[in-house]
Amino acid sequence: MLRYRFETRYRTATIMEEDALNKPTAAGADESLHTLSESPCGSLVFYVIPELSLLLPKDTDVYIGQRRTALLRVSSQVGVGRTLEQLLAQLEPRIKQVLQVMSFSHTDVSAVLSDRVRFNPDSKEGIADSMRAFKSSPGYEITFSLLNPDPTSHQLHWDIEGAVQTYIQPLLTKLSPVANFSIDSQTLYYSVLGVKPRFDSSCDAYTLNADSLAHVINPVEARLGSNAASSNPVLNFLLYVPDAHHSPLKIQDHRKQEVPSNAFHSPRWGGIMVYNVNGFYEPEAELPVDISINMAEVMGVFLAQLRLLLGVQSSPPPPGFLVAPRGSSGLADWELDRLMWSRCVENIATATTTITSLAQLLDQISNIVINDNIAEQVSSAVNSLQLAVAELEAGNLKYALQLSKEAILASEKAFFDPSLLHLLYFPDDQKFAIYIPLFLPMCVPILLSLIKMASEARQKRREKLAKKD
Amino acid sequence: VAYLCFYSVQLSNMLAAIIMLIFICFCVHFQNTAGQFFSSGHTNNWAVLVCTSRFWFNYRHVANTLSVYRSVKRLGIPDSHIVLMLADDMACNHRNPKPATVFSHRNMELNVYGDDVEVDYRGYEVTVENFLRVLTGRLPPSTPRSKRLLSDDRSNILIYLTGHGGNGFLKFQDSEEISNVELADAFEQMWQKRRYNELLFIIDTCQGASMYERFYSPNIMALASSQVGEDSLSHQPDLAIGVHLMDRYTFYLLEFLEDIHPASKSNMNDLFKVCPKSQCVSTPGHRTDLFLRDPGSVLITDFFGSVRKVEITMEAIHLTDPILQLEDGEEVQEKTYSYVDQLPVSEIIHQKPKQKDWHPPDGFILGLWTLILLVFFKTYGIKHLKHIF
Repeated sequence: MLRYRFETRYRTATIMEEDALNKPTAAGADESLHTLSESPCGSLVFYVIPELSLLLPKDTDVYIGQRRTALLRVSSQVGVGRTLEQLLAQLEPRIKQVLQVMSFSHTDVSAVLSDRVRFNPDSKEGIADSMRAFKSSPGYEITFSLLNPDPTSHQLHWDIEGAVQTYIQPLLTKLSPVANFSIDSQTLYYSVLGVKPRFDSSCDAYTLNADSLAHVINPVEARLGSNAASSNPVLNFLLYVPDAHHSPLKIQDHRKQEVPSNAFHSPRWGGIMVYNVNGFYEPEAELPVDISINMAEVMGVFLAQLRLLLGVQSSPPPPGFLVAPRGSSGLADWELDRLMWSRCVENIATATTTITSLAQLLDQISNIVINDNIAEQVSSAVNSLQLAVAELEAGNLKYALQLSKEAILASEKAFFDPSLLHLLYFPDDQKFAIYIPLFLPMCVPILLSLIKMASEARQKRREKLAKKD
Repeated sequence: VAYLCFYSVQLSNMLAAIIMLIFICFCVHFQNTAGQFFSSGHTNNWAVLVCTSRFWFNYRHVANTLSVYRSVKRLGIPDSHIVLMLADDMACNHRNPKPATVFSHRNMELNVYGDDVEVDYRGYEVTVENFLRVLTGRLPPSTPRSKRLLSDDRSNILIYLTGHGGNGFLKFQDSEEISNVELADAFEQMWQKRRYNELLFIIDTCQGASMYERFYSPNIMALASSQVGEDSLSHQPDLAIGVHLMDRYTFYLLEFLEDIHPASKSNMNDLFKVCPKSQCVSTPGHRTDLFLRDPGSVLITDFFGSVRKVEITMEAIHLTDPILQLEDGEEVQEKTYSYVDQLPVSEIIHQKPKQKDWHPPDGFILGLWTLILLVFFKTYGIKHLKHIF
């Protein structure tokens, strides 16, 4: 049973905040509000502004900022002639709506726990989200691969190190409380897609339709390789530059329309983007042509795919909402908070079930030896779990997440310890079959002699009695 | 007009009775056949293929496993997701008249060994202990990735076992055995840690049906080549190689799988019909009561192939910052590396005869001397002792 509650507090705005809200644009107001006070992790601040304010455009009532603030526009009739309690009650449904977008909801949490509780099909997005995002893990590996099937025509240059440092690293640094990331990159030559694209004369390009995309990944995956040293899940991002004979290559969705990003992703695996270079050189140019890939465009797509694969859901906001663009790291603070809530719950649930099943296992198999280090890990896991639950109750998200990570590490270590392997199973009939041939022949003379002794003793006693008489 | 500021804050979360949540798990499960995304609920595929017999005359078991390996690879599962355990090396066996090949059809029609076979556990590494470690994940930390089963709760796993078996056990390496209870417990531990979404268990041994009798974890479908009390028979010998090449059940299974391609829509009911009694002599059996979905809606490629689900990426983030130029100056430090001497060449070339360390005479020599002395003094009397000392 999962219960959660929101604690709300309200106050009037300070002079400095009023000054900040007088800025010309919503983004500027957001920025200056942020410089005034930094809201702690897991909390949100809503500013209610009057109807006539020019901060928001005409048709939007809510502006969701990059940090943890939102601006609500309220019509002036609402405040007329009402007491504070009535006003607050009036605003409550609006606030709930914003919370649904900015903070986690019941479906988010159920999606995260979906490996234990399979829930009903009317929340399809939840199921799709739970299948798409990777499970919580202490670390992830990200591999960027450039696939060049035609090196004789195209000599490709990509500044992957710079691009990763500029575009991807800020996001990963922001996500460092959630997990560690390690990045590598490679270039693969003469690797082709598994499907033959068909030429579509209506758009004068070769096309891959959505149904054939599923078969693209497998032939490539065999060539990708992975870091053998760790067991962390791997996210693969592939950049495919079509060969000169099959350029340009466009991806079509189910409705036969072109996809603007020209990319697709596979749940729990990674993403593939097709980058057409036929526009960069004349048909009569001398081959091979030197081509420098526009990494900003490529990384924009990969960043979006990375967000989806890591579990940052981006459902379209309700009408009347304006969500600020994400900023240089690609992740808003409130999105990070939402991710941290779900990760925390997932970690705690997984650690609890791991320890419970470990206890069940040890009950079932009585002759397993439990080493001291396993006992230590279990007790530290239980400790961390209790603390994490307490912190979560109090609302200290950062500490709760850290403690939940420690709990999960300790419980996994204890459960997957190599010494806990129970190998010897002796069914009862096998035990009989082994011991009876061993002991029965020995027992026969022993029994017979015991019987003989007993009968002799009885005989003697009878003689003694007879003598007495 | 006064600005009002709401300071809406802290979320709290009571996870007090989360264990109760876990125990009501399976009460609501979804069966939705609309759309490929929801019909099977898995995102990746794994295969664990085990051949448990050694010695040349068990050639057919290695050929069995390699044919399933070949089908599974052909249908898309990559080597990184296959754990292949072969207990003996038939391709490079001294008795193989055609080295580096393992044939599955008479007259050497089909070489299932090929040149792209990645064996993860070979020879004596194929033991009951290692098999259970792979399944439950309790491997030592130094085990490389290729030897691990890194499945998650959305993985469909195919497990194929072949070898010699009996009622309730399967023989490994001619020296140890795994019982059906241990296997069922291993699967239960996998389920507890959610290491699989669905499991397909195929076994081709004598009395194979006894191995799946004891399963009690959900989402397992099992097939066996023969019932309890029946033997699984081999298919055909090859006169040049001199041994039987395949077992009947796997032979007809291979024929069935050769007709499957990655986009095929055949379902499990077709798989149950493989190798009827007329062809197999034994009666293949299957068990689906633990499986939640209807077998008719389960595609063969859900387990044997790896059909990925894909989604079109609808949005992209608009990035405007220019790429940072990394300063190469400080990064590239000229470190001169030098290798340690791999072979002590100088010692080998100018080798002086090694001084043999002196050891005191060992027990055998001492015993022999004592025996000789005793015999001498026994024969000639003890008075000679005075002359010694």
